[in-house]
Amino acid sequence: MESNRPLYEQVILEHNKSPRNFRTIPDATQKVNGYNPLCGDQLTIYAKMDGDRIDDISFQGCGCAISKSSASLMTTLLKGKTRKEAEELFVKFHTMVTSAPDAPVDKGDLGKLMVFSGVREFPVRIKCATLAWHTMLSLLDKKTEPVSTE
Amino acid sequence: MTTTVKKRAILDVELIRKDFPVLQLQRYGKPLVYLDNAATSQKPQAVIDALDTYYSSQNSNVHRGVHYLSETATRVYEEARIKVKHFINSPLSCQVIFTRGTTEGINLVAQTYGRKFIGQGDEIIISTMEHHSNIVPWQMLCEEKGAVLRVIPITDDGELMIEEYGKLLNKRTKLVAMGHVSNALGTINPVKQIIDMAHAFHVPVLVDGAQSVGHMHVDVQKLDCDFFVCSGHKMLGPTGIGVLYGKAEHLNAMPPFLGGGDMILSVTFEKTTYNSLPYKFEAGTPNIADAIGLGAAIDYLQQVGMDRIDAYEHELLVYGTDVLQNIDGLRMIGTAREKAAVLSFTLDSAHPHDIGQILDQEGIAIRAGHHCAQPVMQRFGVPATARASLAFYNTKEELDALGRALEKVNEVFA
Repeated sequence: MESNRPLYEQVILEHNKSPRNFRTIPDATQKVNGYNPLCGDQLTIYAKMDGDRIDDISFQGCGCAISKSSASLMTTLLKGKTRKEAEELFVKFHTMVTSAPDAPVDKGDLGKLMVFSGVREFPVRIKCATLAWHTMLSLLDKKTEPVSTE
Repeated sequence: MTTTVKKRAILDVELIRKDFPVLQLQRYGKPLVYLDNAATSQKPQAVIDALDTYYSSQNSNVHRGVHYLSETATRVYEEARIKVKHFINSPLSCQVIFTRGTTEGINLVAQTYGRKFIGQGDEIIISTMEHHSNIVPWQMLCEEKGAVLRVIPITDDGELMIEEYGKLLNKRTKLVAMGHVSNALGTINPVKQIIDMAHAFHVPVLVDGAQSVGHMHVDVQKLDCDFFVCSGHKMLGPTGIGVLYGKAEHLNAMPPFLGGGDMILSVTFEKTTYNSLPYKFEAGTPNIADAIGLGAAIDYLQQVGMDRIDAYEHELLVYGTDVLQNIDGLRMIGTAREKAAVLSFTLDSAHPHDIGQILDQEGIAIRAGHHCAQPVMQRFGVPATARASLAFYNTKEELDALGRALEKVNEVFA
């Protein structure tokens, strides 16, 4: 067995190397900073909202492969989604990564996000995977104060 | 070949390793390579046995008891203090105060000596490379008293800028608090010089010995430090026990830290008379078992020999530095001329957290993060580093394994 594949799926490595939407949005309607003080990860999520719809979403910052690829995948999935849809996806993702390693997962619901199911085996990495998502949620709530995992 | 022969001549590492149960473990079917010694050291069977013996056949509360068990517990507890006294060459054993660890030792000094002798406009000097535990207690004191924290800068190699330190010392300086060895960089600070320079201004110096005392010979009288603090668990001892050494003149002048049993001579509602040293600073039932465990750790270290430990760890440092320098995209953080066996680094290909994860799957335990020294990370412009920190039970073969695992990290994240 390739021992590090369960966590570092090819999709994760690829998004880490070439993150999508890794840019600022000059005319963003909102931006929020997220920090993981324990590992020094920090990112900023930018969004341009069209009413309740996410017209554009991007991120910048530095972090480990898990946090960076999670942020990258998240932006690809949320563009064009409504606030409610984004919140629903957050709940599904969060429920999955915080569930027991052997808990059943609804693959249909999560799609590409399934690559993060390996995180469940490594509890200290859950915060890496969810940092961007918590920050995004705060952004949708129109909060401006930084999000911290601690 | 010559180095191998020399290593054998200095220390029989294979034999030593057999004394440490944790070092016999496997991870993912691979032998555990424990390179996180700056966080905590592993424990030899002798220390584990000392705890077992205490709880199985000596357990009682110390002091004042007139029964057999209490006398025994008191004797072995106080013997542990005497072992510490000899180990760091304290003039008297009553200058050895048991604490929970380095952090508590520093807080004790800040909250007693600091609150009594440091006031508005006074200055405390620390350095950029301090552990948070040697920053925050002084910040808290400064905030309370209106005192000012001054910070000695460091070079790109992670060495103290001594001339800048000289400029910071002045007649408002009331205390210097300095790490002996940096946990994040490995730098061995010239504490003797720092102390002499401070004493020229009649300024006392606290030395944070958390990273030095189990790795090199420490003589508090030779250093002439005013306070020395360390943790048992980083020197083969149990967690939850540490030591504060202080010059008697300071300890006597300081008010107690915590109030309670053991730290008093007599109590009435009108007046309480405090106990003498060291008990004035040991309120409540002390951590008897772990103090005894620390005593056993000191016995073990002395059997191996601190000079031999120091020499062998230096050999490991040189070898490990060489191994790491051959890894593509590796940047060493901390390249001081005087260094302890700490290898802090970043890789271009991967974040320290990812390095740590891949290494774990190779059975190698290192630490990834800011190492409770965020100002050091800021100084070097990195969010975190990966850190392999060595002890005298590590081997060159383990460092080779580290090198191979880092090559693998580069492959995975290529």
